[in-house]
Amino acid sequence: MNEIVKPKLKASAYKSKLKPIWCPGCGHFGVLSAITKALAYLAIPKEKVALVSGIGCSSRIPAYVDVFGFHGVHGRALPVASGLKAARPDLTVLVAGGDGDGFSIGGNHFLHACRRNLDMTYIVMDNEVYGMTKGQASPTTSPDWVKSKLTPHGTGILEFNPPAIALASGAGFIAKGFSGDPNKLTQLIVEAINYPGFAFIQVLSPCTTFRPEQKEWKQKIHWQLRETTDDPVEAARRIVGSDGVTTGILFKKELPVMQPPLRVSNTVDELCQEFIV
Amino acid sequence: MKNSHDTLSIAITGSGGSGVVTMGLLFLKVIACASYYGLMNRSSGPQIRGGESAVLLRLGANPVMCQDDSFHLLLALDWFNFPRFADEIPLTDESVVLYDPAMGDVPPVVIETGAQLQEIPVKELAKTIEGGRPNMLALGMLAALLEIDKNAIEKAVNSVLGHKGAEVLTNSMNGINLGFDSAPNTISLPKLPPAATAVSHWNISGNEAAALGALRGGVRLVAAYPITPASEILEWLAPNIEKVGGALIQAEDELASINMVIGASFGGVPALTATSGPGLSLMMEALGLAVASETPLVVIDVMRGGPSTGIPTKSEQSDLNIALYGMHGDAPHLVLAPINISDCAFTSEWAVRLTEQLQAVAIVLSDQLLGQSRAIVDPPQSAPVLVSRATETAECESYERYALTADGISKMAIPGTAGCIYTADGLEHTPEGIPSSMASDHQGQLEKRYQKLAQYDYAEHWAVAKGEGEVCLITWGSSSGVVAEAAQRLRARGLVIKTLAIRLISPLPKEKFRIAMHGVKHVVIIEQNHQGQLYHYLNSLNLLPDDSRVLARAGPLPIRPAEVVTFVKEWCGNE
Repeated sequence: MNEIVKPKLKASAYKSKLKPIWCPGCGHFGVLSAITKALAYLAIPKEKVALVSGIGCSSRIPAYVDVFGFHGVHGRALPVASGLKAARPDLTVLVAGGDGDGFSIGGNHFLHACRRNLDMTYIVMDNEVYGMTKGQASPTTSPDWVKSKLTPHGTGILEFNPPAIALASGAGFIAKGFSGDPNKLTQLIVEAINYPGFAFIQVLSPCTTFRPEQKEWKQKIHWQLRETTDDPVEAARRIVGSDGVTTGILFKKELPVMQPPLRVSNTVDELCQEFIV
Repeated sequence: MKNSHDTLSIAITGSGGSGVVTMGLLFLKVIACASYYGLMNRSSGPQIRGGESAVLLRLGANPVMCQDDSFHLLLALDWFNFPRFADEIPLTDESVVLYDPAMGDVPPVVIETGAQLQEIPVKELAKTIEGGRPNMLALGMLAALLEIDKNAIEKAVNSVLGHKGAEVLTNSMNGINLGFDSAPNTISLPKLPPAATAVSHWNISGNEAAALGALRGGVRLVAAYPITPASEILEWLAPNIEKVGGALIQAEDELASINMVIGASFGGVPALTATSGPGLSLMMEALGLAVASETPLVVIDVMRGGPSTGIPTKSEQSDLNIALYGMHGDAPHLVLAPINISDCAFTSEWAVRLTEQLQAVAIVLSDQLLGQSRAIVDPPQSAPVLVSRATETAECESYERYALTADGISKMAIPGTAGCIYTADGLEHTPEGIPSSMASDHQGQLEKRYQKLAQYDYAEHWAVAKGEGEVCLITWGSSSGVVAEAAQRLRARGLVIKTLAIRLISPLPKEKFRIAMHGVKHVVIIEQNHQGQLYHYLNSLNLLPDDSRVLARAGPLPIRPAEVVTFVKEWCGNE
């Protein structure tokens, strides 16, 4: 992965004037910063970028980036983005949201976006908790987390391993990043945008309000020591055997990209011929 | 209840593999080539393969609006599971039943009708020629009984089977000719009035017409999930939308399909999905998002028996309530219903054009009876070309995506346009699109979204009104054809009758409705659902005279003209 030396444009040019609703110390600030830095580095015209999200703290992000945004309903960011990309292949389409939005209510769309392989980047800001509804367990919450009033004994069910699911669903670009390391995260986002196809980045992004213990992530999270693999079997071994805090591009392989050609060959009147007796 | 004499109604039944549907489609083409109008409804069991099926045909020298009260002729290729269709194929002692003696005994339910029974040994006869098939022989017999010109038959067979190669074509024609020459001479069918000559008719199903209307309206992205009885819309669109530079995506579920449609439309590409009741139920949340974010789109709901999985293969007009009231919050949107098969093209095109101009959501309520039926009709009308979507193209100092304007329509910037970046939102928002929970913003945006639909002049397209008088039959969707025919019969008996088939159900143009109802004192509302959904809706708008009644009956059996005639006559008799 290439180091990002100097952005061609200023990241601040991609920031909107709105002040995020996020809590002080929220990991999502780092993701916002990394997205704007990546767009600045790639020098993509602002109006050629669309950022789509669902519902949740992190899903508020489109309004904070000065690109075209769509803030939809809970769990449906990927379908909105898919329809947009299919209809408008000229746009750079980014999708962002949280672990609940992406892996719980939107879980089915995650599987199918991976296998559909439209050229877009999906950034999940994973803090292992529902923040906007005040601290419930998400699919990535460990089974013994007992701080939620909704699951006072813990969920008792195993957490979801997003990169493993992405791999099994056919994604060709799978990465894990950390909001506390915005420079590395910027590199991941640049690589993801440049990747031709569906690129998935799970970003560990601490929730200081409901998961204060995630402050320890800073010490635990590390960059992978091995080179990125393009072998799905090797990737599966690494991902399933991972400590969960290893970041980097975990798997990258170019796969056939879905993109309707959108070429006109007939008029609508010509199509009517088949009905004429 | 006797058969009418200016049209001919024919039912063809048989088990899977007997070629009932092929025969029906081919016969419809034959009568089309003979310049008759026609209607072909299909009925099938739930089996995927090997199930029984029926085609219900009616032909005439004038456009055919609905099924008749009973059938002149039943042609049974076999009797497999026939009792399942008995209700759908009313026979009288004037009916004729053609059946193959090799395929078993005539069921008691048929004998009890008193219909004339006539053996046609098509299976035996088919064995006497190479590649002979009983359904082709039967088709030849039908053509002979109707005295259809052999040139019309040959033209139809060439156009339907031509692509299957010379051998199939020759075998089929030989079979048809043998059947034609072996037709029983012991029976006679009513003579049809001569067909109009040298007319240009279309042979189209309601689902195909709806799909064509979508493309005519400018739809270039369709995302959908397969569902009976809407899938033919998607099957026709899949290859054809590509030819006009668009795309169809098969989504993972209806939640995805409606949200993909929203994404495409946000991107500036007119978009649509087609589904049936269960899918529409799943789409409701996203439809509210499209209303709030003012993202134009159309959903075609080809209704079937509900609730839940209901009766997937049979028709019912029971999704009006969910179409009107299914979204949470105050969510103004359009609800339309095509009034016949060819009107499926007009209404879906009009819906697309309206939603583009008004940046609105439209639900178009077709149903199985329209969608999966095929008709020989005059070429479908095109909808009026309206103002296209208002887009912002210039750089703005401060762009207000949801600006409060006099007509409620604000300019929508399409991604790619520099200088007017915004975020579309399902959260309540300010005119700039910034999330807001302030009362003034909520009130302002609710009023904007309401007024842009309420103020708009929908011109004369909102309904089709016919006739005069104090008695008005009000209806919608597929029941419109039945009501039109019932009104004709009532007028022929000297009653003065007005009919009103509503194409734009919501927002109902109330002033136009009042004008249409001028002088009307008695109303009957006719619809195919259990509880009278249109009746209750019109009542809630305080638009009906005191003497208003409802003839509401659930599917799957179609409402027949005689049922409406009897209802109106008994009611008038009680006055």
